[in-house]
Amino acid sequence: MTVSADQTMNKKDTNPQEYLVFRLGNEEYGTDILKVQEIRNCERITRIPSAPAFVTGVTNLRGVIVPIIDLRLRFQLPSVHADIQPVIIVLNLDERVVGVVVDGVVDVITLNTEQIKPAPDMTSVLSDRYLAGLGVTDGRMIILVNIEKLLNIDELELIHAHGEGQI
Amino acid sequence: MKVMSARFRALLMEINEFSGVFFSEAEELLAEMEQQLLQLNVEKPDTEELNAIFRAAHSLKGGAGTFGFTMLQQTTHLLENILDNARSGSLTLTKNLINLFLQAKDIMQEQLEAYKTSQEPDEAGYIYISEALQQIALQDKESALKDNADSGNTPVRNSAESLLTVSIKDVDAEEQVLLENELAHLGELVDISSTNSSLTARLRTNATAEDIVCVLCFILDESQITVQPEAVSDTAGGCTDIPAVPNNPAVQTSRTSPPETGNIRVAVSKVDQIINQVGELIITQAMLTELTSHSESCNSELLRQCAAQLERNIRELQESVMSVRMMPMDYVFSRFPRLVHDLGARLNKEVELILIGGTAELDKSLIERIIDPLTHLVRNSLDHGIEPVNERVAKGKPAIGKLTLSAEHHGGNIIIEVTDDGAGLNREKILQKARSQGMNVSDTLSDEEVWMLIFSAGFSTAEKVTDVSGRGVGMDVVRRNINAMGGHVDVTSKLNAGTTVRILLPLTLAILDGMLVQVADEIYVLPLGAVMESLRPTPQMIRGFVGGDRLLHVRGEYLPLIGLRERFRISGPTEDADNIVVIVQSAGYRYALCVDQLIGQQQVVVKNLEQNYRKVQGISAATILGNGSVALILDVAELFAFDKQKNNMLGCTSRVDGATA
Repeated sequence: MTVSADQTMNKKDTNPQEYLVFRLGNEEYGTDILKVQEIRNCERITRIPSAPAFVTGVTNLRGVIVPIIDLRLRFQLPSVHADIQPVIIVLNLDERVVGVVVDGVVDVITLNTEQIKPAPDMTSVLSDRYLAGLGVTDGRMIILVNIEKLLNIDELELIHAHGEGQI
Repeated sequence: MKVMSARFRALLMEINEFSGVFFSEAEELLAEMEQQLLQLNVEKPDTEELNAIFRAAHSLKGGAGTFGFTMLQQTTHLLENILDNARSGSLTLTKNLINLFLQAKDIMQEQLEAYKTSQEPDEAGYIYISEALQQIALQDKESALKDNADSGNTPVRNSAESLLTVSIKDVDAEEQVLLENELAHLGELVDISSTNSSLTARLRTNATAEDIVCVLCFILDESQITVQPEAVSDTAGGCTDIPAVPNNPAVQTSRTSPPETGNIRVAVSKVDQIINQVGELIITQAMLTELTSHSESCNSELLRQCAAQLERNIRELQESVMSVRMMPMDYVFSRFPRLVHDLGARLNKEVELILIGGTAELDKSLIERIIDPLTHLVRNSLDHGIEPVNERVAKGKPAIGKLTLSAEHHGGNIIIEVTDDGAGLNREKILQKARSQGMNVSDTLSDEEVWMLIFSAGFSTAEKVTDVSGRGVGMDVVRRNINAMGGHVDVTSKLNAGTTVRILLPLTLAILDGMLVQVADEIYVLPLGAVMESLRPTPQMIRGFVGGDRLLHVRGEYLPLIGLRERFRISGPTEDADNIVVIVQSAGYRYALCVDQLIGQQQVVVKNLEQNYRKVQGISAATILGNGSVALILDVAELFAFDKQKNNMLGCTSRVDGATA
């Protein structure tokens, strides 16, 4: 039963895994904690010309130029309220360092495979290949994001081209 | 069993470590050999030079033997034998023979490359060269025999076996095993005794003490080795043919080695790491300077002095560190004598190559990337530039053509020139060719503009395609490569007097002299090399142009005017909008760029934007400013080209708009 529920998961994920939970609007999202390098405050960000809207710009992370992606814009959520102090989660993905802007970091949770349900395929903004599933613990629902796929640069370019076509 | 295999693995690892040293030394030896072969005077070879070539071949053979590179060992062995005959005078050198030696060197280089990647080298090359070399040796022997028969002399033995005592100190047990094997290759081991840290072997061999040291040097330091002859045993009987050893009873070696240059080998990545760290230091220092200039505290004077001192120190440190990456242009130039020699022979042209300024230094990454474009230019000069001998004589020029390669520092740049005294570019031919290619060119183009046409894609004026050049893919690639390195290229030429191609390159890519400009609240960096001048335009200077474009009229010149604000769709405060115009020039583009403010000049550390993000049109890289924020560095040529593209794309829509309005 568990096996069929976890089609999207690899075999190695049968062990409990830790997720960093962050907030965007009213929802909670989770990402594999091993991909997280650090959490920082939003600092001076330099805009990049002709970049997709959700690429806020680049920032200086101890001498390394790191692109910053606004997940609110990426997920097509309404823009942020003035009273929210967004933070940047710096992710280390396959030799590439990328920062994502979120409303806030909540906590770190451990999920077993039984606690991860497959994500329903209903959203056109974010196809299910970017989602690793729904994590359920203590009545909370956490949307698990396949951040690696989501922030893949090829994907970014693809989305960019697509977006321009629509406009 | 397990213990054994672990020990074996350790040994293998050690061999790998040694083989790394061997590869780099072998490459140097081959390069040395080639250089000396090319310098060699065929009619009157200098014994010392021949000896040097022989030594190089010999050391190579020894090393190849140690690591079991059989083909390389065999090739060098054959080469060595012939060279030995040449230096003893029994073989007369010819131009063809030198060419064969050079070929052998190339094949050995290929073999070396193959061994480096743990592959077996190409057998065909080996068979070819060993047959050719054996042929020479055979001919030589026959002629020697004939000579001997004529004069009735007995054949002269080149070498006799002798008994040598080889003592090696400071070696551990594992190395001893290796060394024992190695010595066994050289001759017959009479007896061998070893202690914890030393090895003494008696060796019956026809190698000289110098040879043994040369071979062992791949593994050991020269000071560790002592070779002493014992009694000379003349196995052949008859005349005592004394080998080279007796004159040097104990070879303590420092004489056989090339002069100590005091260099160390360091991995490039280590140097780059230091350069990066110095880059960080510069940024931190800029932050500090900014802080102290705003600080109002009582100690600020002292603090300011300290900051200024620190700035000077860091600048010096940066210069020293950058100089570590610098390599002399000789590294590039040294490959051209061979190229010119081979090509000249193939094209039947007599060419004298002159190299000037080989000591001028250039960043390692640039020096490696300049090789291909430069090779192309030299090939072009030889193929299209310099005329065949009869043609030259008919024109009243010296029969031998002259090709000059020069390098010279010029501020923060290096100027590399390829000059030939050949036919020069033919204006009519180029224009004709350009038209046949469908290019829109007018007769009124200046010479310089016509010459630049040869850099356009698919352009070649060679009447027939040779295997040397003429495919028309070359010159545009040359220009593209050089532009990519942040440099530019131009041509001057005079009919029947020759052509000069001039390449201007920055000395390094890591640091850039920049001009900071501001649009709204965004700051961009223009490479200072591309900035010609900046001015505050009066309304009269700005003229309209078709399609809504604007032109800037300055001193009789009409330049395209591009607004950085529109180009990058920058929003923000507009009160100072397009206040200043910067005239920029790069890669053949010259235009005026509108910005709001000039902030000033600053040296910036170039940071890669593609490492974590991707290529952005019109942006070459990024940098970090004194306040810690990121600024983007503009790519002047791309900015213009992209603008043009975009205009072409938008052209139709704006026309539609016009029609509906």
